Amino acid sequence: MTARRRAVALRSLLLIGLVALLAACGGTDIEERPLDALSPDGPIARAQDDLWRLVFPIAVVVFILVQGLIIFAVIRFRDRGTGEMPKQIEGNTRLEILWTVIPALILAVIAVPTVTTIFELDGEPPVDERLDVTVVGKQYWWQFEYPDEGFFTANEITVPVDTPVHLHLDGTPEYEMPDGSVQPDPEQDQLVLHSFWVPRLAGKKQYMPGSDRFLTIQADEPGRYLGNCAEFCGLSHANMRIRVNAVEPDEYEQWVAEQSQEAESFEGEDSAAARGEELFGVNCVSCHNIDGHPDNQGIRIGPDLTHFNSRPEYGGAIFDVEDDEQLADWIRNSPAEKPGSQMQPFPDLTDDEIDDLISYLRTLD
Amino acid sequence: MSAVDDQQRRTGLFQRPSSTAGIKGWLTTTDHKRIGIMYFVAAMIFFMAAGIEALLLRLQLATPEAQVLDSDVYSQMFTMHGVTMIFFAVMPLSAAFFNYLLPLLIGARDVAFPRLNALSLWVFVSGGIFLYSAVFFGGYPDTSWVNYAPIQEVGADPAGYTLEGGVQSNRMLFYSLSIQIAGIASLASAVNFITTTLNMRAPGMTFMRMPVFAWMTLVVSFLMLFAMPIIGVALWQLMFDAGYGGNFFRPGAGGEPILWQHLFWLFGHPEVYILILPAFGIVSEILPTFSRKPLFGYAAVVFSGVAIGFLGFGVWAHHMFTSGLGPVANAAFGLTTMFIAVPTGIKIFNWLGTIWFGSLRYRVPMLFSIGLVAMFTIGGLSGVTHAIVPHNAQQHETYYVVAHFHYVLFGGSVFGLFAGTYYWFPKVFGRMYNERLGQAHFWIQLIGFNLAFGPQHILGLEGMPRRYYTYPPGMGWDLWNLVSTIGGFLIALAVLLFVINLVWSARKGPEAPSDPWDARTVEWLTSSPPPQHNWDVVPTISARDELWHRKYTDEEIPRPVPAGASSDHEQGEADSEHIHLPDPSWWPLVLAIGLPVASWGVVMDSWPVIGGGIALMLFAGVAWGNEPVTEPEPDDVAEPVEP
Repeated sequence: MTARRRAVALRSLLLIGLVALLAACGGTDIEERPLDALSPDGPIARAQDDLWRLVFPIAVVVFILVQGLIIFAVIRFRDRGTGEMPKQIEGNTRLEILWTVIPALILAVIAVPTVTTIFELDGEPPVDERLDVTVVGKQYWWQFEYPDEGFFTANEITVPVDTPVHLHLDGTPEYEMPDGSVQPDPEQDQLVLHSFWVPRLAGKKQYMPGSDRFLTIQADEPGRYLGNCAEFCGLSHANMRIRVNAVEPDEYEQWVAEQSQEAESFEGEDSAAARGEELFGVNCVSCHNIDGHPDNQGIRIGPDLTHFNSRPEYGGAIFDVEDDEQLADWIRNSPAEKPGSQMQPFPDLTDDEIDDLISYLRTLD
Repeated sequence: MSAVDDQQRRTGLFQRPSSTAGIKGWLTTTDHKRIGIMYFVAAMIFFMAAGIEALLLRLQLATPEAQVLDSDVYSQMFTMHGVTMIFFAVMPLSAAFFNYLLPLLIGARDVAFPRLNALSLWVFVSGGIFLYSAVFFGGYPDTSWVNYAPIQEVGADPAGYTLEGGVQSNRMLFYSLSIQIAGIASLASAVNFITTTLNMRAPGMTFMRMPVFAWMTLVVSFLMLFAMPIIGVALWQLMFDAGYGGNFFRPGAGGEPILWQHLFWLFGHPEVYILILPAFGIVSEILPTFSRKPLFGYAAVVFSGVAIGFLGFGVWAHHMFTSGLGPVANAAFGLTTMFIAVPTGIKIFNWLGTIWFGSLRYRVPMLFSIGLVAMFTIGGLSGVTHAIVPHNAQQHETYYVVAHFHYVLFGGSVFGLFAGTYYWFPKVFGRMYNERLGQAHFWIQLIGFNLAFGPQHILGLEGMPRRYYTYPPGMGWDLWNLVSTIGGFLIALAVLLFVINLVWSARKGPEAPSDPWDARTVEWLTSSPPPQHNWDVVPTISARDELWHRKYTDEEIPRPVPAGASSDHEQGEADSEHIHLPDPSWWPLVLAIGLPVASWGVVMDSWPVIGGGIALMLFAGVAWGNEPVTEPEPDDVAEPVEP
């Protein structure tokens, strides 16, 4: 290949790289790029993004400078076959000091806002201005508790806009049981690391079994913000999603009121839902909590299902809650639907029994 | 000492092998050059295995919700890709270069401890075989190469409905034990190379005349010496946790999961420099040769390498910015991380200074070296963006990080190692590689590499986490994942060309002269391939770039020295020097076999097997110690030893 063609190839590579980098730079539509970390939709993500917006252009300039120098040297100083020997230059102290000091200065420019932002973001929002949510990472779904409001949800939280949401990533979860005692999480010994990440609202934080971590997220506008587990946790690490519904404050109050209600009981009735409720009592209460279920034992191995049907997705927010067929498959053999699912298969349930169970679950709004 | 005593001392308890021919010659060799070649071949086999694993990963991710691998196999493949590439491919590839070249670069006849050198080789090979034997014991390790505790105890499927129960902890025993075995090899190498560099330099080879690659070998050896024990401790603890109900990292029982992360990265970050500094050394040899200029700012390049080595121990927590270290620690580690960019930048600019005003010849080693400078720069810049701690919380554990370290380790280490392979190929085999095939290799690899890893920057920033076996459509990830997979297969094609070129050229390539590149350092002084004793006369070093100064005048624009005018070629003294060469030995190989045997015992929970492996090692160690110093001289053999 001639030097000229090589230069053209290098230049076009450079161009492609630049275009791709710039494409990654701007904010994008939440519909197209729901997880884009470069499109902050809240003040915390924005503070993080501001640093990126400072550093990325500097990096691009250094990139162009260095690659430009390489390409220039590669073309200009190629062996032209004249047999001439180049000057034997051993070094140049002045130049070398220069390219030691200049990068150090550039780094100082980056370092100052980095350190100040670290400390700014570390402050906890005042107790009376924030919403507290306790987070527990399970295999492979998220448990959320609203400690002040006194209810649980799974994979999905609803929060008011413009309000800091203070997440307590609780590595030693304990629950108040129906008899008033406080019990540790039945799966305490099985907990592993996860990482809570909703890119448009804030960077991530590890969930650490055995100790506490805290993370604040906040949304500017109403919307449904998606997130993921970001620390390898097992077979369904990829199937452990997060949903944050940011809503206006009055809508939030309404949601809290709904979530605080107990499930309707159909005890003594003769309906599909009543049969489903009974089946639930036989098969499911040993792992799932449903406030208002007559046989509820307050056990939190699986997700709290009191308002199962109010959440658009289930199973780590990967399955559509309205799909009856999928839900039937899930109840019958969830590990076949989602690798590593901890819900035991129920091969002995008949189709009718599963239909009854689904009828009951549909009432859990 | 009487003749009889002398005779007994030489034959001793065990007969020492003396033949260097055939398979037996290779298995018992203590010649650093043969060991280096075997290191290279074994490491390339592991490199290709890890590459195939990567291709499987890329196939699965090429399209959303693909069904090529299930979650379990996917987890095993990404874990094995990482473990193999780092511990059984790139590190031993570097070791191959250390082994073959260090004595030649500093004018020695061999390394300081030839049998220990053979032990390093066989221990590394046995560790790799042990790791891959996991497939017969319930599967490969599956909780990633970083293996954040306590997942190794809980397992990837704690409920056990998807996988058969009970296999997970065995899988991680293979992780723990195989890396411990590899670590023994690295530690033995480190001691060996440090001693060799400090004690066995040729007359006149002062530190500041040493080739940069020899310097980087020294720095990397010290890094291994200090870093490997840390991971050794962590893996040892992990073995008790995973196999014997230990409580080092188990939070419910008084252990502490974060401890694993600290130990792992306290080793893991120096490890990054263990992987990259050899490539930096190689490039610092190649750029001057093909620019026909000395390395620009030799002292700065050497000392920035040493500085990187020191600073490399002070940045580990930048892998843990999302683990909740607190703002002061985060700020401190963010600053040290930025600081380490300074010596790295010095190297880049000094390499630019080296090619500037040169007379550049674009042979394959030069192409790969320039490729390294260009590609590593990208990895360095993304590295600086990791140091802006608040935004690191967005980048961490995403494909942005995957892209970063592949630009550093593939665009850096692998480009450098391939450059070195082409560069020293004529020296090692006495034959030239095929230039056109090599050029094709370079361009396909450069394009494939950028297609594979460039888009991963975007994927990561668009929110794609690492270690996901599947992803839904509609995230904006589909296109870039497909491009990345195509790039991955281009890399595979490039590596295939590389292997074909090496295998073909080693047997059929045109014969190479001793100094095909008009090079600058003394390894090109001896024949290609070098004799077993490396030099007929150990060269006396009077300058950095000794060979160049023997060939060219010291003027600003150098002229060739007329043939025979150099006073340094003192061939006449060859006969007067007694050349002491290390003898072959079986014991390094035998001792190395004991390690996987004992490890299989741990996996099978069988004390007799553990004991058998340890007994084999002890036996080999005693036999090693009692081995006669030299093989019998021809005179001795003439006398019957036994009636």
